[in-house]
Amino acid sequence: MKRDDTKTSRREFLLAAGGIIGGITLKPATAAAAESTAAISVAPAATREAIAKVVGSARVTPGKVMLDLPALVENGNAVPLSVKVDSPMTQADHVRAIHVFTEKNPLPNVVSFFLGPRAGRASVATRIRLADTQTVLAVCELSDGSFWSGSVDVVVTLAACTEVL
Amino acid sequence: MTRAIVSLPATARRGDIIEIKAIAAHAMETGFRHTQLGVPIPRDIITGFACTYNGEEIFRAVFYPAIAANPYLTFSTVATESGTIACSWSGDNGYSVTESAAITVA
Repeated sequence: MKRDDTKTSRREFLLAAGGIIGGITLKPATAAAAESTAAISVAPAATREAIAKVVGSARVTPGKVMLDLPALVENGNAVPLSVKVDSPMTQADHVRAIHVFTEKNPLPNVVSFFLGPRAGRASVATRIRLADTQTVLAVCELSDGSFWSGSVDVVVTLAACTEVL
Repeated sequence: MTRAIVSLPATARRGDIIEIKAIAAHAMETGFRHTQLGVPIPRDIITGFACTYNGEEIFRAVFYPAIAANPYLTFSTVATESGTIACSWSGDNGYSVTESAAITVA
């Protein structure tokens, strides 16, 4: 009995070990969630600057914007991109603009779309260039002046040519 | 050579949401590339796109060098009346193209 006070019992050890393992497995999940909600705040300075030029001092809330790109891109010279915004597109509540940004392209701006209630639905598609494996961000402006964002991580195997011809 | 295509359904019912596809033939030279001798290749891209429905603007886009060659766009509009849907592209070195398509709304 005297020994139990100084040494860790088997039950205590298993509890402690379980806690550590539980902590390890839980941690990456919570970290990933935090990353996706704060995609803009972790973006490079040039990207954040480009976004700030569009939104000004307004707050950008994650959500509403669904950005669709292939997760694995074979050719960065033409990557299909489609962006949808959850909006009824009525005169009172519609999407005014959607702006797309990248993290590692030589220029963070990709494209800006300006639409209105006559669009019927907020869904636009095009083809873009990606210079590297990176996160693509989209920021939309609604008619009430609020800004919403969405992001997607893309792996690029053949980058769009930015150097020698 | 300037070439562009606008594709949309020929007929639609009033109130239908129709999809418009627009493509322009253009190399979209980014301005970030160099020749083998190290000489930078100047930027030559389409910078602006606008679409009008019977003269009223319904969609506009601003392109940057990250848009792929032969810029392709898909967007939508509500069919309100018969008429023409005209798309125009403008860009560096005086590039300007307009292409239109007719729609009959029943």
